[in-house]
Parts: sequence; structure tokens; C-alpha cells
Amino acid sequence: MARIKIPRKSTAIDMTAMCDVAFLLLTFFILTAKLKQEEPLPVDTPGSTTKQLFPDVDVATVTVGHGKVFFGVEGQDIRREALTAMGTKYNITFTPEEATKFALLPTFGVPIASLKQYLGLSIEDRKKFAQPGIPVDTTNTSELFNWIHEARVADAGLRNKALRFAIKGDSHQEYPDVKKVIDIFQKQAINKFSLITSLKTQ
Amino acid sequence: MAELDTSGGGKHKGGKIRSKKASTRIDLTAMVDLAFLLITFFIMATTLAKPKAMDTFWPDKTKKDVQLPVPETRTMTILLGSGDQLEWWVGPAGATPPTKDNFGKNGIRKALIENGKKIEATHAGPDNYMIVLVKAGDKSTYKDFVAILDELNITGIQSRAVVDITPAETALLKKDGLD
Repeated sequence: MARIKIPRKSTAIDMTAMCDVAFLLLTFFILTAKLKQEEPLPVDTPGSTTKQLFPDVDVATVTVGHGKVFFGVEGQDIRREALTAMGTKYNITFTPEEATKFALLPTFGVPIASLKQYLGLSIEDRKKFAQPGIPVDTTNTSELFNWIHEARVADAGLRNKALRFAIKGDSHQEYPDVKKVIDIFQKQAINKFSLITSLKTQ
Repeated sequence: MAELDTSGGGKHKGGKIRSKKASTRIDLTAMVDLAFLLITFFIMATTLAKPKAMDTFWPDKTKKDVQLPVPETRTMTILLGSGDQLEWWVGPAGATPPTKDNFGKNGIRKALIENGKKIEATHAGPDNYMIVLVKAGDKSTYKDFVAILDELNITGIQSRAVVDITPAETALLKKDGLD
């Protein structure tokens, strides 16, 4: 009895095409993606059909969520300038090291009185620190009002441009809390600002 | 594909010593592994969905003389309540009973389009467009507020205003169980 011999085929697969696809995808991801920034106050932005992209420069964002208000402005030089101006206003002197540390914060939510203490913490401790949010009330002397004002002054002085403003609100935040921020904007005659949303289909 | 033709170019005369030709086929498995590892890293570490910015324009509160009188018969008032629900009526308050509605295609969007057409048909031109007043209740969420502005954008209603809610309207929301 002669056995039928099945010819053995090599199990090596040609990986070339797979390699091509993998690198194509890799290139796509590198080019399109933007690195995630760590958010101290994670919010779930509501959806809208707006397609306009959020700008990256000359913009200040007020984040509202979980009953707290955080503030952030783009540009390290503007942050540094705003901090100095706020320090003068509240009679707190910040050292150059503290100013450098502050300039690296994309957003923060610490009252000015405890900002010095917060900046003194190490990066690990800062992550654990529960930021209480910036005090907001509807008077002209609230801290958020002053931060917005000083950021505008700094931006006008350094870049000679009008700072744009945006509200990044949490979906489940109640409207009156957002209204407080809108009122502060309107008091400073900021009558055009953006609401940050994520894309949704109709 | 990635191989080069390694076969010799025919026999040469006289047995010249030739170095042994190795195959140029490379094992790409490791390279593919690395590529996929990097892809995974980029998927995890980056955000693809860039945030969108909805521009809003608000009246200048520092000036007092820019208030236009609003013809009440051409207004549609929308009250935002809790639980993703809203109420709306057309004309002066109390003239027509408020309608409870929800968000979405068959909810407020339909009402906006229908009321806009109705108002345009019953009023003489050229100023016969509908004016929408949005009043967000104390228990309404930011999501609903954005949703109603989005609906106004979708329906193309430019004449709109966000107005503070009055105590009477808060009471109405409470009465209808939307507070």
C-alpha cells in the first residue's frame, strides 16, 4: 500500500503586506492624534451637531463640573503674567519657581489663598490633592472674575490679541451653576464665547 | 514582493569561486509586532475626537439702550425643566396652555419648525419671523441647555434669546412636575 504523500508546505507567511498595513495605520495615528492632556476635573461634555473645531491658541477655558469651577488659559507666558497680576491684587508674592510651576498647569481649581501651598507639593502629591475649585460668586470681586480679567490683560499685553473664552461644562451640571460663569463673562463684556461640545449626529 | 531575484545569471565558464548567496528574505514578524505595539500605544494615549466649539453670542449687558421691544404674538417661549423635558407656548404667557415636550427629532424640533411656519403665515411681512425665548429652569441641566441651542442651530432660527426665568415660570414648571 502506497501512502499518498501530502507535500509539506512552509508555514512561513509573507508578512510584507501586514507590515505595510501596520505602518500605514501607525502613520495615520501619529499624524491625526493629539496627546491626551491630563484633566484635573474630568467632565462629560454634551453632544451637539456643531462641527467647528476648538482653537488651540489664545483661548481660556472655564471648566464647570461636579459643582466646581476650574480655570485654564493657553500659553505659559500668559499664565505666568496672570499669576503675577493676581499676586499683586491679593498681596501674595510668588517666587520664580512657583511661577514656573504654575505656568505648566493647563487648568487648576485652587483658591488663590491656598495656591502657594498647592504649588509647593510634589507632582505625585498634587495628583492626590482634591482641588476645591475656584470660588465663584456674582460680585465683581470674585476670584474667577479676577482670573479672567488678568488673563485678558496678560494676553492683550503679550500677544496683542483678544483672548477667546470657552465654557466646558459637564452634561449633568445644573444650569444655574453655568449661568454664574456666563454672568461673570457678561459683566466683563465678553459677549461671544464658545461652549465646548463633542460631536453627535442629528 | 520583498525578495530580490537571487538566482545567478547563468553559468560562467570556468569554475569561479563564488560566495554563497544567502536569501534576502527577512523575517518581518518582529517588525509587525513592533508596529502594532506602537499603534496600540497611540490609540491609548491620544484623543481622536477633537472637541468642538459652539459659538454663542449674548446681548451686551453693560449697555441699557439696546433692548428691542419684542412683539409677543411672534414669540415662542421654551422652559427647560428637569429630566430632559421642556414646556413651550406661543404668544403671551397664559394665552395658550403650555405644551410638554421632549428633545429630539419629533419633539421640540418639530414644534420649532411648525410654529415658525405658523407665525410666518399669520403675520404680515417683512418682519414676520419667529422669536424664540429660552428660559432654563433651576433644575435643568447644562446638557439640555446645549441641546436646545443646538436645535435652534439645526432649525436655523437666528432670532433667539436666553432669558432669566421668572418666579411665575418656575412655579409653572413645579406645577407640571418638571422641577
